Amino acid sequence: MSAGYFDGGRFAIDFERRGMNALCMYLFRLPKCWLEGRAPVRFAQVKEEPAQQAGDTEQNALASCLMVVFALALAFMFPNAAQALQVTDDRGVTVTLPAAPQRIVSLLPSLAETVCELGRCDRIVGVDRYSTYPNSLQKLTQVGGGLDPNIEMIVALKPDVVLMAKSSRAGERLEALGIKVFALEPKTHADVQRVMLNLGQLLDVPDAQRIWRAIDAGVSAAAQSLPPKARGAKVYFEVNEGPYAAGESSFIGETLTRLGAKNIVPAKLGPFPKLNPEFIVRANPDVILIGQRSAGSLMARPGWQSIRALRENRVCIFPTEEANVLVRPGPRMAEAARIMAKCLETKSPANGGKP
Amino acid sequence: MNNPLVRWLALAGVLVALLLLAVGVCVGSTGFENLLTPLLHPERDPGQTAMAQQIVWQIRLPRTAGAWAAGALLGLAGAVAQGLFRNPLADPYLLGSASGASLGVALALAALGGGAGMLGGGSTGSMMNGAVAVSVFSSSVWVRIGLTGAAFVGAVAAVLLTLLLSRGVGHTLRLLLAGVVVGVVLGATTHLVLLFTPDSLQAMQAFMLGSTAFVGWTSFSLMAGVWLVCVLAAWLLARVLDGLSLGDATALSLGLPVAPMRAALVAVLALATGTAVAQTGLIAFVGLAAPHLVRSIVKTTHAHLMLLSSLVGGVLLMGADTLARGLLAPQELPVGVLTAVLGGGYLLWLMHRGSRHNGGAA
Repeated sequence: MSAGYFDGGRFAIDFERRGMNALCMYLFRLPKCWLEGRAPVRFAQVKEEPAQQAGDTEQNALASCLMVVFALALAFMFPNAAQALQVTDDRGVTVTLPAAPQRIVSLLPSLAETVCELGRCDRIVGVDRYSTYPNSLQKLTQVGGGLDPNIEMIVALKPDVVLMAKSSRAGERLEALGIKVFALEPKTHADVQRVMLNLGQLLDVPDAQRIWRAIDAGVSAAAQSLPPKARGAKVYFEVNEGPYAAGESSFIGETLTRLGAKNIVPAKLGPFPKLNPEFIVRANPDVILIGQRSAGSLMARPGWQSIRALRENRVCIFPTEEANVLVRPGPRMAEAARIMAKCLETKSPANGGKP
Repeated sequence: MNNPLVRWLALAGVLVALLLLAVGVCVGSTGFENLLTPLLHPERDPGQTAMAQQIVWQIRLPRTAGAWAAGALLGLAGAVAQGLFRNPLADPYLLGSASGASLGVALALAALGGGAGMLGGGSTGSMMNGAVAVSVFSSSVWVRIGLTGAAFVGAVAAVLLTLLLSRGVGHTLRLLLAGVVVGVVLGATTHLVLLFTPDSLQAMQAFMLGSTAFVGWTSFSLMAGVWLVCVLAAWLLARVLDGLSLGDATALSLGLPVAPMRAALVAVLALATGTAVAQTGLIAFVGLAAPHLVRSIVKTTHAHLMLLSSLVGGVLLMGADTLARGLLAPQELPVGVLTAVLGGGYLLWLMHRGSRHNGGAA
């Protein structure tokens, strides 16, 4: 018995999409499946689990048929509740939509990237000014920044749903204007997965799970492509000149850990701590990863000339485009892993970081 | 000169600064650690001594001394501003000069960011792939001097704009209003400039919270040199402030060349503010609190007041910087945030005490 049958939301979407034809089909099939002893309708999720499907007994088939009857009865008794698509976002708010949204505004680059990765790029009608990937987004209306969006422009776009970061305060304002807001906060690898599955549910993309697995496999492949000698190097990833570092617990740090690197910033300092520069000098990283924007002063910082990474020219400076890939917790994390793996492969000391 | 309290206070300022220098050298990314012992007894553990030498000479000493120099410049600027504008509320921030200085820095970075990328990365060009924009935290001598120059020009322009809007210093309320307006407008302009230069945005944001993190010997030398010039100039020009405190007419009747001396003091104010801002970003309240602190202890001439408030300003910022490093080590608080909290708290207390004792403003 697949979970798909219990999922009223999914049933409702399916029903909504196929309309009256579907209803007729269900009604027509009911007696037939009862006679044939198999499940009446095949949903996308059912197809994913052929083993279970094959194991269906006649008893299960009867239950399936009854479930369909029950769901149909519900659909007729409470049409609004049953037809609605309900997904819970990262705020814990359950967002109810009549159908999968056709007009989407995204206020966070990683969310726009995720929507496109799920194959629903054509449904995005507006983005924030930082969402520049994929390139097709650059032609769309820009509605300001994630933290300072232009509410008027968003309203004018008549979106079915606005995707935004949980931390943005614009959500309440938009909701007060009757616009559905779906707030997500991707910060870690696990978050990227959860966000992708949540959005898959919202956008009715049945193979979101498969897309996620492909990305995750990409990260693992990048890690496995690294020769053993490139592992174990002490690394420092600077996100900005504060200096703010990407710690072990950050999204970037998680990828680095999977690549076998030793982050000099321990998880207990939080994801992006503002460090005393002396801490980095003392930790003496073997490799430094840094965006082009903050690399200018690296060598000229007081005391930094003694750091091994700088002494031995083991610094990876990422152009802004690449840096964007690295810092966005979204579907390009496999690409990010490949970029960092390439860096570690070329810049790691041959002895695995042991002096 | 005849007030012995002035000498004691000056001596105390120097001694506390030296004490804080020693403490500051021992506070770093691991919190408090005694590095003086390995430095003074190199025979015990050569490895430890080498590490201590590097950390102390290249990082902590210039940084701690730099915090003192920046504080001293701001303290001096505060005393000059308060004397010049005959207003106890005047400080480098309220007159807009600090905002002008940071606008100068932002404009210089925006202008250099595109074409002259090699300037900052000159020594490191080969390994940095060349095209790296100038950083506000760069410690290249020419970048530091260039940024200081830009900050100075910005500060002068801001002070002149404030004076223009307030039509002179005669009207206190008008002066403060003009200063606040100029500060807000220039601050907003700075943000506007940064919005169009995303390459320097993040670094400038960190910088504008006030930071001594990357102060090296270059920055320190520059600030110390400017401080010497400014203190000397202020000392020579102090008589006009004493005269001005009795009104323009009195100052003129003393035979002082009021107009040129005023212009020179504006230049000193802008140079001190600009130099401090260009090296350490926006650090609030030191310039306001230092002269008040001195005045609450001793009543004296402007020459002494300026020197003492400079010493006190140095001590204040040095203490704040040491705290900023030590409180959350190895993480760091932006020192400007800390001075704003401490300085603001102190001023509130001063006002509270003043209103209780005198029934008036402090």
